[in-house]
Amino acid sequence: METIKILGTDDTPTVILDAENEIFEISGRSLPEDVTAFYDPILNWLDEYAGSPNAKTAFTFKLVYFNTASSKLLLDILMKLEQMHEDGKDVLVRWFYPEDDEDMQEAGEEYADIVDVPFEQISYTLS
Amino acid sequence: MDKKNVKGFLEFVYDFYKSMKAHEITLVYEGEITHQITKAFTSLTESNMAKEEESNTVQKKVFHVMVECLQNISKHADSFGSDDFLFAGRGIFMVSKGEIEYHVTTGNVIENTKIEELSKILDNINLLDKEGLKTLYKTQMREGRLSEKGGAGLGFIDIARKTGRKLEYHFLPIDEENHFFILTSTISRNE
Repeated sequence: METIKILGTDDTPTVILDAENEIFEISGRSLPEDVTAFYDPILNWLDEYAGSPNAKTAFTFKLVYFNTASSKLLLDILMKLEQMHEDGKDVLVRWFYPEDDEDMQEAGEEYADIVDVPFEQISYTLS
Repeated sequence: MDKKNVKGFLEFVYDFYKSMKAHEITLVYEGEITHQITKAFTSLTESNMAKEEESNTVQKKVFHVMVECLQNISKHADSFGSDDFLFAGRGIFMVSKGEIEYHVTTGNVIENTKIEELSKILDNINLLDKEGLKTLYKTQMREGRLSEKGGAGLGFIDIARKTGRKLEYHFLPIDEENHFFILTSTISRNE
């Protein structure tokens, strides 16, 4: 499968989708000018990956900021992971939040409420 | 400009300056709100707040509110295909900073026919407490569709949640078909 590697900017996140090396990650800031155009390739990649996924998929979210338009697209990603989980695949969501960022922690809790998928919350210190 | 006009203009500039000072306005913009503008304003305000050692929480809240307000204008301000400067899909955007709070104010022209729907959305948000807003946000995220311009109907809810206050808005009549919609969001500096 093709690998997606997008280097983050001040308004778009870093995205790595690499099945071979088992890296699934979105990190940084997300307020793209056109959220749909940015997230569509990611959603399409996940659709293809879901057809023949790895034995285990641990998906990392490590965002410091996302706008409301992005929040909707992040949910779309999580719902694809939920679908894989429902299909009996081994899926884990790892939601990282800066330790002093209650809003980002709460955002993780809210997503965990909405989607039915194993969900881990991990705090870290911003260096 | 002839001499008389120059004097009038200079007085206007000084009055404008005084007025900005009096209202503690740190940023004001009138025009089309593009993505580049959004990026420039948020990074400018961010670096100002960092310089003034505003707390992380306050910085984040101001950033959130600014982005959502700017995107509201860029996605929803009515453009009427008219040459009139008022009706060009643009708006006014202001940030002011006082002793105890920040204010982010937006103003844009809205057609009378859309007022009822907008008021309903805003009033509904204002009826809700913290938990209610959270539930509404989750519902809207799950069920709402992205509009063509990328709006998800989440911006106002997010502003209410981040500020912890009711949305303060007004409609000012400007002519027979339009009002000017003004929204002021307040972020307390003591958090």
